[in-house]
Amino acid sequence: MSVVAQAVTPFNGPGVGWFALSPLLVLVGAALFLLVAGALTPTWWRGLYAFVTAVAAGTAGVLAVVLWDDISDRGPATLVGGALALDTFAMFATIVVCVGLLLVAMVTSDVLHRAGNDGPEIYALYLVAATGGIVMAAANDLIVLFVGLETLSLALYVLAASDRRRAASAESGLKYFVLGGFSSAFFLYGVALIYGVTGSTNISRIVEAFGDRLPIERNDALVLAGVALLLVGLAFKVAAAPFHVWTPDVYQGAPTPVSSFMASVGKAAAFAAMLRVLLVALPFYRDDWRPIVWILAVTSLVVGSFLAVVQTDVKRMLAYSSINHAGFLLVGVEAAAHRAGETDAGLGVSSVLVYLLAYSVLVIGSFAVVALVARTTDGATDLDAFRGLSRRRPALALALTVLLVAQAGVPFTSGFVAKFGVIRAAVDEHSYVLAVVAMVSSVVAAFLYLRIMVAAWITEAPDGELEREPIPFTTGVALIMCVGFTLFVGVVPGWLLDAAERTTDFAR
Amino acid sequence: MEGLEQFPILTSIVLVPVAGALGTVLAGRRRPELVRLVGLVASIATGALSVWLLAGFDTGDAGFQFVSQHSWIGAWGISWHLGVDGISLLLVVLTGVLFPLSILGADAHHDHKPYLAWLLLLEAGVMGSFLSLDLFVFFIFFEIVLVPMYFLIGGWGYDNRVYAAMKFFLFTMFGSAFMLVGIIATVFIARDNGVGEITFDLVRLAEQAEFPVGAGRWLFVAFAIAFAVKVPIFPVHTWLPDAHTQAPTAGSVILAGVMLKLGTYGLLRFGLYLFPEAAWWSRPVLLTLAVVGIIYGAIVATMQTDLKRLVAYSSIAHLGFIVLGTFAVTSQALTGSVLQMVNHGLSTGALFLLVGWIYERRHTRAIAELKGIQTVAPIFAAGFMVVMLSSIGVPGLNGFVGEYLVLIGSFLTARWWTVVAAAGVILASVYLLWAYQRVFHGEPDDDNRTFAELRPREGLVLSVFVGLIVFLGVYPKPLIDRVEPSVNALVTHVEERTGESIPRPEEPTVALEEEGG
Repeated sequence: MSVVAQAVTPFNGPGVGWFALSPLLVLVGAALFLLVAGALTPTWWRGLYAFVTAVAAGTAGVLAVVLWDDISDRGPATLVGGALALDTFAMFATIVVCVGLLLVAMVTSDVLHRAGNDGPEIYALYLVAATGGIVMAAANDLIVLFVGLETLSLALYVLAASDRRRAASAESGLKYFVLGGFSSAFFLYGVALIYGVTGSTNISRIVEAFGDRLPIERNDALVLAGVALLLVGLAFKVAAAPFHVWTPDVYQGAPTPVSSFMASVGKAAAFAAMLRVLLVALPFYRDDWRPIVWILAVTSLVVGSFLAVVQTDVKRMLAYSSINHAGFLLVGVEAAAHRAGETDAGLGVSSVLVYLLAYSVLVIGSFAVVALVARTTDGATDLDAFRGLSRRRPALALALTVLLVAQAGVPFTSGFVAKFGVIRAAVDEHSYVLAVVAMVSSVVAAFLYLRIMVAAWITEAPDGELEREPIPFTTGVALIMCVGFTLFVGVVPGWLLDAAERTTDFAR
Repeated sequence: MEGLEQFPILTSIVLVPVAGALGTVLAGRRRPELVRLVGLVASIATGALSVWLLAGFDTGDAGFQFVSQHSWIGAWGISWHLGVDGISLLLVVLTGVLFPLSILGADAHHDHKPYLAWLLLLEAGVMGSFLSLDLFVFFIFFEIVLVPMYFLIGGWGYDNRVYAAMKFFLFTMFGSAFMLVGIIATVFIARDNGVGEITFDLVRLAEQAEFPVGAGRWLFVAFAIAFAVKVPIFPVHTWLPDAHTQAPTAGSVILAGVMLKLGTYGLLRFGLYLFPEAAWWSRPVLLTLAVVGIIYGAIVATMQTDLKRLVAYSSIAHLGFIVLGTFAVTSQALTGSVLQMVNHGLSTGALFLLVGWIYERRHTRAIAELKGIQTVAPIFAAGFMVVMLSSIGVPGLNGFVGEYLVLIGSFLTARWWTVVAAAGVILASVYLLWAYQRVFHGEPDDDNRTFAELRPREGLVLSVFVGLIVFLGVYPKPLIDRVEPSVNALVTHVEERTGESIPRPEEPTVALEEEGG
């Protein structure tokens, strides 16, 4: 049979592991289904678009778990002619993306319904963006990585501008588009330089090329320039200072669920890609790029925490705090950098993954509360809108409090487990300065979370009582899931840490 | 006390308040009296457990008792490891006693449900900090107490409460930031220096790890910063007057009575015990800061116009004695320090309650506006007098025992610091007696003529305080017997690790035994 097939088709395409691609296929399929079926039928029941999205996200997540087991049994591999990596690292990132997608879809449903904008397009864009994110996390080829990056980014540009009635949303989309396009160009130029030196964009070949030729002819200037450009592109995507300037404006202007999507899925995908590029493709240059990561980490920590404090808009605050969190994640990346290319990967990689999952849930929950509060204030999200929240909605105020103290890193929450893991990784590599800077910056950032809590619990509403926020069903469920996850991981983190520690065996 | 062997009493002491907090939350919104009953019962149950612990404690044993250890986060080498020795025993009992008294003695006036829930969570956190023998578990509890206290000050405090609550939270968290890095570094460095694997177990780290001198000193500094903020030691004390003054009465009682002890206890347990060499090396600095705190606190207290602020500054002075005793590292001074932690908890706790009661009656704490209360409320004044004398350290009351032991113990190893510190005892009588004179003596003016006498509920609470103050002043032997073995073991541990020989008096407690009869 195979002999016949070879005889008929001279082009011998790469084998495609269809099942290994199933999470991606489910998401793409759901996006196409929503677009086609949504276009041909009248408006669906409330929440049905979101339901389809959530089911797709859930299915993709479950498939990723199944694949995880397969990989644990058979070891990592590459797919589609070495274009995609099939390893536990990619699966963990896939699960993070799917969890983020699921939660964001639930929150979006109510926001869109209230605005009278319910339709399939937004969800299709979410699904496409999530697909792009997963491709980024799994890409074993720099061009494939770029394709994933652009898929994610283009969808996000449109999503940011998707609230047609608010000029701020359009501004946000445009800003993100212009700056994002700029950073993509940097990234692509970096890919080109690396290709120029190694003769391939495939990560496995790049590693081989370095391994073979490096000792003899070091084309340092070209490679270093390439690494720098790659880092610029990725640092922009993860919103690390000094490439963060877009973040506050875009987060503030974009529809609230979209902001949470950027902060969770976008960040997770970009960090996964960053880890893979730096640790798998460029370990030979780790002593050159590690200081850059160090500086990015410190500036993000400092800028994120100190500038957050002077904000008065909660969405802007959360945007700056996401920069601070990016700094924490970079502390983990820096720790991982010490062991790049070694068999014993250390603690850095797993700590970053745990942090990504914990933070994604936290930030989506926090933005969900913001979205609910903004319903009764005509979209205003400044601190005044939160005043007296505990009088109107004690449960909502409590949920917000749990999510905020978790972001501050208070024990018995997932945020503490995440921060502890990152600091532990840094200390294990003797990055004491970075660890101390990170912890002190988290104190400064705590001031910001306290300010929101003061508004919610202690100060009264400005003039008379504001309207009591209704809590729609799906957002309520999403919030319960976020808070439940936050507290559960805070008390019983063992299973998550064990899983994350099995992600260090990259496909090469 | 055979039941104690099987019963997981330490875990219960931590979890009963948590259950009580859940109970108050679940109790109906329309039944405030039920909510208060649940809160009170939970705190009394915890107090009873701690007294049971006291009764079942084996006096002669210096090591940790009632140890309970279960693996918690295996991947990180963290276990739920609780245990109690003579040093933590008294603090646990103090916590168990102070919480019901402050719930009974001070009313929240509004929102009883969250108030009691936060208070009980606070109790769980404090108990957990005193009982945990795992660095990670300790840190978790040490850090978590910030949240309930923040809400107590912010939600039920006085005019400037938001500022005070935030200052309290951020100062303490700033200290903890260094400690967290320190804890993790301790574990990793210990792995490579004698322990051989990753463990957060305090006992194993203290007994097996041989920290390199430089690393040990850095680690000690990281821990000491956190505890110095918590105590607070002189230059980082500025959060304390604000937090104390703005906190609701029960909050001040707990803050002064128990939470400051987290700092002094931490210095003993995680400073002296874990890093003996570094602690010994740091003595000159910490002793100096302690003495500065004693004198500075006393002088500033004298100048206060607000009664509550005066008591707050007096705390800084009293805690200076505890730090002095801790870093004098003689057996007597350490025993005195531990006793002083208990005594300060009782006397300052009671003072804060009394000031709170004055505020409830007069809606002012300004010393200038209070006058001649003794004439209209003699029992109230008498109660205040006893508590105040205990705080001054008059012989026959509990304050004297601790301060005396600290001073004679410290004289052996830190002579000149002790000489200066002794002046603090005199200053204490200056600011407290002067304040008493202005508030209680003289003829009451119109505003103070209607000052209500001690109410039965207040009388009940105060009589417990006064009873303990007098009892411990006359007969401190039971406490000393329990503290001393653990303290002696600690001194021996420090001697072994530093190679110093710490002078010991021939008959350490003769004088006190005679006094006790």
